[in-house]
Amino acid sequence: MFVKFLNAAVFAGTPLLFGTTGEMMNEKAGHLNLGVEGMMAMGACAGFMAGYFYDSILIALLAAFLAGMLGALIYALLTITFMANQNVTGLTLSIFGVGISNFAGEFMLVNSASNTLKLPEQITAQISNINIPGLTTVPVLGPLFFQYNIFVYLAVLIAVTCGIYYNNTKTGLNVRAIGENPGAADAAGIKVTKLKYINVLAGGGICGLGGAYCSMIINGGVWMNNPVNGQGWIAVALVIFASWKPYRAIFGSFIFGAFNILKYYFPKTIITLPNALYDMLPFVITALVLVMTSIRKSKENQQPASCGVNYYREER
Amino acid sequence: MRANDTNYAIELKGITKTFGRVVANENVNLSIKYGEILALLGENGSGKTTLMNILSGIYYADEGSVYIDGKEVFITNPHEAINLGIGMIHQHFKLVEVFSAMDNIVLGTRGRYVKNSALKEEILEMSKKFGLETEPDKKVYNMSVSEKQTVEIMKVLYRGAKILILDEPTSVLTPQETAKLFAILRRMKDRGNAIIIITHKLHEVLAISDRVAILRKGRVVGTVKTGETKEKELAELMVGRPVSLEINRPETTSKKTVLKVVDLSVVNEDGTRGLKNVNFKLKSGEILGVAGVAGSGQRELCETIAGLMEAKTGAILYNKENIIGKTPDEIINLGISMSFVPEDRLGMGLVGSMDMVDNMLLKSYKKNKGFIIDKKPSRKLAEELVEKLSIITPGIETPVRMLSGGNVQKVLLGREIESEPNVLITAYPVRGLDINSSYIIYDLLNEQKKKNVAILFIGEDLDVLLELSDRIMVLCHGEVMGIVDAKNTSKEEIGLMMAGKKMEGADSDE
Repeated sequence: MFVKFLNAAVFAGTPLLFGTTGEMMNEKAGHLNLGVEGMMAMGACAGFMAGYFYDSILIALLAAFLAGMLGALIYALLTITFMANQNVTGLTLSIFGVGISNFAGEFMLVNSASNTLKLPEQITAQISNINIPGLTTVPVLGPLFFQYNIFVYLAVLIAVTCGIYYNNTKTGLNVRAIGENPGAADAAGIKVTKLKYINVLAGGGICGLGGAYCSMIINGGVWMNNPVNGQGWIAVALVIFASWKPYRAIFGSFIFGAFNILKYYFPKTIITLPNALYDMLPFVITALVLVMTSIRKSKENQQPASCGVNYYREER
Repeated sequence: MRANDTNYAIELKGITKTFGRVVANENVNLSIKYGEILALLGENGSGKTTLMNILSGIYYADEGSVYIDGKEVFITNPHEAINLGIGMIHQHFKLVEVFSAMDNIVLGTRGRYVKNSALKEEILEMSKKFGLETEPDKKVYNMSVSEKQTVEIMKVLYRGAKILILDEPTSVLTPQETAKLFAILRRMKDRGNAIIIITHKLHEVLAISDRVAILRKGRVVGTVKTGETKEKELAELMVGRPVSLEINRPETTSKKTVLKVVDLSVVNEDGTRGLKNVNFKLKSGEILGVAGVAGSGQRELCETIAGLMEAKTGAILYNKENIIGKTPDEIINLGISMSFVPEDRLGMGLVGSMDMVDNMLLKSYKKNKGFIIDKKPSRKLAEELVEKLSIITPGIETPVRMLSGGNVQKVLLGREIESEPNVLITAYPVRGLDINSSYIIYDLLNEQKKKNVAILFIGEDLDVLLELSDRIMVLCHGEVMGIVDAKNTSKEEIGLMMAGKKMEGADSDE
């Protein structure tokens, strides 16, 4: 039972991990992108459609990544190049992304034969849980680690890569410097605009992958409107929960995933609580983490100092 | 000796740069050789920093050309400037606070991943070579100002800069730290580097430079050999007319203790020490100068007296009444007035987007009776100030942020004085002002002193503190190092105290 619960937590946490990693990449570069929900929705739609028509996981992933990136490109153009307010742009992107994804989904639905869209067989097999010979059958450890679908492994791989990138490479150091103090980074000869674009776009793409997970896995391969359903917002909160550390994002996502499914697994014999209380948990925890970090007054583990502020070199 | 010893390291020809309608630099010609220290002298707003920012790629000149080693170059971004061997140490340090010294030093340099230990060795070796002291693992937010400056210098050296530009490097240093910095600069000069030092302090120009270029209103008005000039000549070139560099110190008779601070300790919001066991007396008709490296507790002292910060222990007695725990409003009504000019000049006291009239109202609207505000007295006051302090403004209805720094400060100080306080606390009132405006402010303060106002003057420039104040209190890490008679002390003595040397019997202010 407990292993099953943990399994379910990982599955529920995977889209969050994509979204969190993507948003973290934005914030590391100094851009508070509130458009995660929108970018995930765009990825959800594009990924599902590509999978539906081409019946290939690779093309679906690529389409989802590109769609998320497209959303990020709108955001990047507006905030990095045209210096628009980040909060407003991000919020708008969320509304836009969800809207366009539902529009395209609805359009496909009404034009489909039976008013349903279901992923074809080949891709359904590709995204089902992987059976690793010799490992999956190991008791406890097997079900715990070696029987997920490709998305789960991809999400963890991306998060770990991200961790190495920001913690151990010079480019990562440069990006962190931009997020902290773009003026200092610029004076040190770092190409601020270029690196901002790279990180914002890549982050958007990763968000898009998370969206594809929502539409292709969570809804069981059948298109339903609004597949992301607020996960993008939780991801924004998760970045804070993970205190801007990619590795912590992995555990944070799975913990939040656990909260999401707790209502199905919590023994009803002990106490019966309304579902809304369970749904509230992630946000209560985020608020607590915020209060705790603020009490600790540490200079580390904080949001990048210039996050949310656009940089203009010649500003006086 | 370098092969191209006779060639210029940098030549600027006909540089012009405008910001909107403001001309920051106009047809500037300048050159510097390797193995030479050039001082760029000019008042605030004369275009020194703009000019150097053009060299370091922050700004791009509208007209004119830049030659490095005799070749014309186009520096469109800081990256190119670094590649050309130009390193700039900005007045407001360009450091990432949460990074270690080492991370800041390697920031933006080539290479993918450097092993920490090897890099640390390299940095330590370089510091030794130039006589610098660095702790590679120390985080910048834990550093003192002079440590931060050392990191900035290391950053520039690590990139192999041959041409160094230092923007007002001594404004935050104690005299001893300044001497140390100058020694390092001379060593670099001997190694064949070209060094440009931006400053407005005349004695420093004479102490360190080989040549001086003087800027006034964006133009180069003269270049002289340091050995062939004197302070007075430089000042005249800088200001454009004969100036007197004397500051008056009128004698007053009434010396009654107005404000007595007893064992005052303050803890900052982030848990760090603000003030520790501060004791002093402020008398009527005197200017008590406060010296100290930036961030030594000056801000905390001002804010605690003004009632903006909470004291942990101790008392502030105003005519024997403890004012700790009173609201800022009550304190103002007692006749204690504060004007604090922060680095961005507008941050405290004035609202940038409001005009002069509304800013005057900020202090007086509570005395207004009835529901609707009567603007007439404020308008009258604003007009008086404009005339009395020769504030240059398109009109009293112009938002104050549109005024130049000096005029903003005159508005702030003028308003505070107009409320006829008994105690006037003023921090950095001449920050960023040209010589002329500074002297107007000094006169204003002296005028108040003659009216027997007790003045706490928090300053940056030791020379000014020594000439203007009656007594000088030195702060270091929130503690009083000593209070000395301004007539019988020296810069060196104050410098030592600023660096943390406690004077004997510093705790008793008698």
